[in-house]
Amino acid sequence: MSIFIDKHTRLVVQGITGRDGSFHTRQMIEYGTNVVAGVTPGKGGQTFEGSVPVFNTVYDAVEKTGANTAVIYVPPMGAADAIMEAVDAGCAMVVCITEGVPVLDMTKVYPFVKERGARLLGPNCPGLITPGVTKVGIIPGGICTPGNVGVVSRSGTLTYEIVYQLTRAGLGQTTCVGIGGDPINGTNFIDCLEAFEKDPHTKAVAMMGEIGGTDEQEAADFVKNHMTKPVVGFIAGRTAPPGRRMGHAGAIISGSSGTAAEKIEAFKVAGIGVADRPMDFVELIKARLK
Amino acid sequence: MNIHEYQAKEILRGFGVPIPLGKIATTPAEAEAIAKEYGVPVMVKAQVHAGGRGKAGGVKFCKTAADAKEKATAILGMQIKGLTVEKVLVTVAEDIGSEAYVGIIVDRQRKKPVFMVSAAGGIDIEQVAAETPEKILYLPVDTRYGLRGYEAMRMGFFLYPDVKLARQAATIMQGLYAAFMASGCSLAEINPLVGTPTGELIAVDGKMVVDDNELDRHPEIEALRDVSSEAPSEVDARNANLTFIKLDGDVGCVVNGAGLAMATMDLVKYYGGEPANFLDIGGSSNPEKVVNALRIITADTNVKCILFNIFGGITRTDDVANGIVTATKANPLKVPIVIRLTGTNEEIAMKILTDNGFTASKDMDEAVQKAVALAKGGKAA
Repeated sequence: MSIFIDKHTRLVVQGITGRDGSFHTRQMIEYGTNVVAGVTPGKGGQTFEGSVPVFNTVYDAVEKTGANTAVIYVPPMGAADAIMEAVDAGCAMVVCITEGVPVLDMTKVYPFVKERGARLLGPNCPGLITPGVTKVGIIPGGICTPGNVGVVSRSGTLTYEIVYQLTRAGLGQTTCVGIGGDPINGTNFIDCLEAFEKDPHTKAVAMMGEIGGTDEQEAADFVKNHMTKPVVGFIAGRTAPPGRRMGHAGAIISGSSGTAAEKIEAFKVAGIGVADRPMDFVELIKARLK
Repeated sequence: MNIHEYQAKEILRGFGVPIPLGKIATTPAEAEAIAKEYGVPVMVKAQVHAGGRGKAGGVKFCKTAADAKEKATAILGMQIKGLTVEKVLVTVAEDIGSEAYVGIIVDRQRKKPVFMVSAAGGIDIEQVAAETPEKILYLPVDTRYGLRGYEAMRMGFFLYPDVKLARQAATIMQGLYAAFMASGCSLAEINPLVGTPTGELIAVDGKMVVDDNELDRHPEIEALRDVSSEAPSEVDARNANLTFIKLDGDVGCVVNGAGLAMATMDLVKYYGGEPANFLDIGGSSNPEKVVNALRIITADTNVKCILFNIFGGITRTDDVANGIVTATKANPLKVPIVIRLTGTNEEIAMKILTDNGFTASKDMDEAVQKAVALAKGGKAA
């Protein structure tokens, strides 16, 4: 079992003929993802690598192939439109990998997606993977293994680091989700925690947060009030100087709100195990699975 | 990206926000001439990207043109939070009846731009928010529809009971909102919005922060960038497409991905070291990026050890290894280097490094401990 994507996922890739889109489409197909269609305006009628039909619009792709999930690798200035097109065409799950999407664009996209009842993951995220079944996005398949730990993170490579350590220690994963680090994203920690709580195969959750904003504090409240499964958390940016931007648009820290100390305290209050180092996840999760 | 007060005011003026007359001066003589042109009294205001300019002595009231020259002499060249003042804004000093705060910021919780307005402007708005939150009106805007007339009027009446002033304020809110959207801002504020004794509203100070992700579609804003107000190493890094922030420690860090970069810095600190920087080489694999990263880091004479922590996903670790070899052949390192690589093409990367006399680890924890020890002058464990 898993959250958000499974063996029924039928994927359409927006920007399939681009540099990143084509590379990751190959990786996804190799991993076993059911890539049913690609979209590049003007290239409708072509075939990607002799197996995936390419369409001019997401509407055509959904109509002809029954795609139910979209992944987006288009340039940042076109990403907002691509998300809305996928949702409007009927995709219930849309994953936006694109980095650098203007936040004001997202202020229009977010309510658009919500009002239509679809789920958006990202933008600026690595996507998600249900090990051994399917992946949507760019998380390297080789570092994951099937198991019963749910993983949710705001980061990309830090997620890989922790998944890699879990896998090496024999702790497999149900689904690993990268929600992205932008100020406005479609799916937050609580959405993932709620899904992991409902997923019968997930027995524990590993959560990686960052400085900036209050998402982790709200997630901690949710864990305290609504979760029966154990959660272990980590906050990156304990040593970040105040007021500086650390690459992620979301990791902006101002005054005393959004500091690592504040988030770690919220975790402790909620009974979340706190990993001081990435490697600490392994022992903390093992202890809670006993 | 930050822009200067005078630049923000020019943009706001273009959207119909009343702004006091003023001009930029880079010499005391220019400041004097501007004061004569517009008439005294004037304010002389340092143009640097730092808060607390007034407290630092960078904002002065001048009764005469000679006084403006004297104050400009003192302010030009002054250091404010490590930044040298190269320009001053000389602007007509308005008579102050009342001072309000008007700001708009993208709020991640509400997922919308939110107006914050308060009649208690001119002082630290954060203090007002913390101690007397009832004095601030928060008004989220749905950007699909824009700021509606009744919303602007509601804010106007919150600030001024008088309908004439409320209407003036509502027009200013519309101007501020239009400027915010048209420039791709993440923050814009007027503080203070001054009510003059004759019943006019005027924006005496303005600030705008533009979302870096918008700059591709706003070349006119990119053109306002003032590189003299940024650390040279950070400008260098931006030109090389790297995200770099200089810190005070001695372990130079080169990492791919912001989250892993922060976690690496945290681990350096956990083991008793101090990171010299935050440096994210990003996701794409290009040996040139590594060469630039090493050049920028080794330019910092505080750096006693260089730590690479690369988890290859999109980034190919063999590209990183090639970058390290190329860079160190051209400019041999004067400090030790600790390399941690794992992920995409790690076998090839390890071979490249070993063939060129480097050692590398696959374990993050081990690599960080080693780098901290080396920076302290000890031997690697």
